[in-house]
Parts: sequence; C-alpha cells; structure tokens
Amino acid sequence: MAKFSLPANSKMVPGVTHKAPAGAKRVRNFKIYRWNPDDGKNPQLDNFEIDLDACGPMVLDALIKIKNEVDPSLTFRRSCREGICGSCAMNIDGGNTLACLKPIEECGGDAIKITPLPHMPVLKDLIPDLSHAYAQLRSIEPWMQSDTPPPPDGERMQSKEERAKLDGMWECILCFCCSTACPSYWWNGDRYLGPAVLLAAYRWIADSRDEATGARLDALEDPFKLYRCHTIMNCTETCPKGLNPAKAIAEIKHLMLERQV
Amino acid sequence: MANPNKVDVAVMRSMLSRARGLGAAKSGTAHWWGQRVTALALIPLAVWFVATIIQLSHQPRAAVALWMASPIHAALLLALLAAMFHHMQLGLAVVIEDYVHANRTRVGSLLLVKAATGLLFLASAISVVRLAVAG
Repeated sequence: MAKFSLPANSKMVPGVTHKAPAGAKRVRNFKIYRWNPDDGKNPQLDNFEIDLDACGPMVLDALIKIKNEVDPSLTFRRSCREGICGSCAMNIDGGNTLACLKPIEECGGDAIKITPLPHMPVLKDLIPDLSHAYAQLRSIEPWMQSDTPPPPDGERMQSKEERAKLDGMWECILCFCCSTACPSYWWNGDRYLGPAVLLAAYRWIADSRDEATGARLDALEDPFKLYRCHTIMNCTETCPKGLNPAKAIAEIKHLMLERQV
Repeated sequence: MANPNKVDVAVMRSMLSRARGLGAAKSGTAHWWGQRVTALALIPLAVWFVATIIQLSHQPRAAVALWMASPIHAALLLALLAAMFHHMQLGLAVVIEDYVHANRTRVGSLLLVKAATGLLFLASAISVVRLAVAG
C-alpha cells in the first residue's frame, strides 16, 4: 500500500555549506543532493556558493567547477557537455533536464536545487541506477527486424516521406528525463515501460524498413507495459531535446485500435 | 513501490528477465477504448438527462411515469445508466491498478468495484423498468 513518509534512513538531513571565496561579486547558491552508500549517513543537501564570474554559463559548468575546486567527492555523470550523450540528466530547479543544456540564468529562486532523476534507486549523489530502464529498452528490441534480405548491391531503400516519419524520434538520446518525470512510471515503473522506451518502440514501429510491426504491437499490448500512460504529458514537457514521447505513445494506442476495427 | 531490485526469491534473475516480466497480457485496448467511448456517449446522454429532469422536476409522479413509459425515454435512461456505471467501473479500475500494489488487495478491490458498480446498475435499471412498465 501507499507509504506516506520516507523510510528513516532516506530522510533528508541538513548538509554543509561551502562558502564562496572572499570578494566574489555574483554569488549563486547550489543546493545539491548528497548521498554516499559507504558512510551510512542519511542523504543531505549541501549548499555550494559559486561565483558566477568565475564559472561557465551552464549548470554542468557549475557542477564541474565544484568537483574541481570545492569538493572532489561530488559524484555525477557527464561526458559530451553538449546535449548528445544524455549522461548528465538530473532534476534541476524542479525539472528533469540535462545539466549541460540548462543555463544557470534560467534557474529561478534563491538557490538552485539539484537532485538525481526522481524515483530511481540512487547509487551515489546525483547518479541514479538506470539498469531497469536500460533492460526495459532492450526488452522492446530496438533494432531493425526484417525477413526480407537487404538488396545485395546496397542499403534498404526508404522514401523521403517514410524517412520523415522518424523525425522527432531518432533524436532521442535516452537520458530518461521523461520516464523519471512520469508519475505512472514512478508508481508502476516495474511493469510500465515509460515514455522513453515507448518512444523507442514507436521509432521501430514507424520505420518503413522494419517488418516486425505486428510482433512489436503484440509485445506492447498490455494494461501495464503501455496503458499505464494516462496522457499526463510530463514527458513532453520535460524533454531536454524538445521531443514528444506522449505523441509517440498516442500513435501506438491508435495503431492498437486500428488493427482491431 | 517501483523498485526493480526488490525481488522475492530469484535474486540472480537478469535485469532483462525482470523487465520482460510475464510478457504482454494482450489486452488493455478494449479497456482504453471503452473508457473513451463511454465518456463520449455520456456527454449527450447527461445533457439530455439534466435538461429532462429540470422539465419534470415539478410534475406529479403519474406524469413522470407517463413520460418514462415511452420506449425511447426508457431506453435512453438505461443507456445512460449502462454508460455511466461502465465508465465508473473502468475508471476506478485504472485508479486501483495505478495505486494499489499488494496483489491480494488489488484483485480484491478490483472485484469489489466491479460488483458494486454492477449492482448499482442493476438496481437503478430495475427502478427505471418498474416505473416505465408499472407506472
């Protein structure tokens, strides 16, 4: 049944404050979720005062500055710093997004609160355990399945119109901002596939070269895997790449109906 | 709670196996479609019902019974009841599936909702038929 409070060892406790260097003019507070599986302590929110005059424009710049100059134990994923790898997905200022694409200027409030992607097991600090989400992605078999062999002299052909159907889906970088913003995924993520994986599923359903459409729909036709989507739209609202997973899910539901009537 | 790492016995089970779970139930479309169809049907039925009730509100029982003796009026009333209680059952089932995770409580409450809405429909349908037939 529903639990109305966190377990005792999950309750947030006040953290430490790291002051900005003396003489800093443009100081911004970053309140960052800290949890270390090894020290046995409760999670805490540490406050880092950052001089914006000595920091890059994005939230990721601030995180890297903190790790380099203030607290090297701060743990987070990052790689490309330009919104294509999906590593630095986290909850910033109340919304899931990529730290590398989120300008510090755009964050409101006195302090910028940064926490891991919601409702996933936390490995350390800002790093969520995405193993289950990745396994769900694998379960929808996100690769081309075709019985017709490709032509011997070249690649499989696709018209421009057919290719255009994949726009808005191939751009997904699997950061899982959308799935972890979805209440249905929070409550039933063990069975509900979530918007990121359903977008990936529809990307292959919509691909004119793929011949497994029926089997793909069969594998999704389930009250939990697909129909936990209640069109809440948090996925589309939060996508840092501006994609529309909710529309992809609606298209899947539409096809489910179309093959019955 | 959606914790994929919480397993009962098979702690060595692969993540892919857990994600695939018991496979697709091959259902859900009828439920989803039914919710939308009943919702659409309820719009004209509810407007018609409210408008009619306002007209009949100060009439004596005999006049109401006479109005209900018309097969069209009785049929529309029964359609309203069927759509309404079916819609209610479908919607409450979704709420239970969303929020109730203990298996026994879930199955129990789903059955309870089905029974309650079914009985409410039967009781109100019998009232309509009795008024329409016996006056």
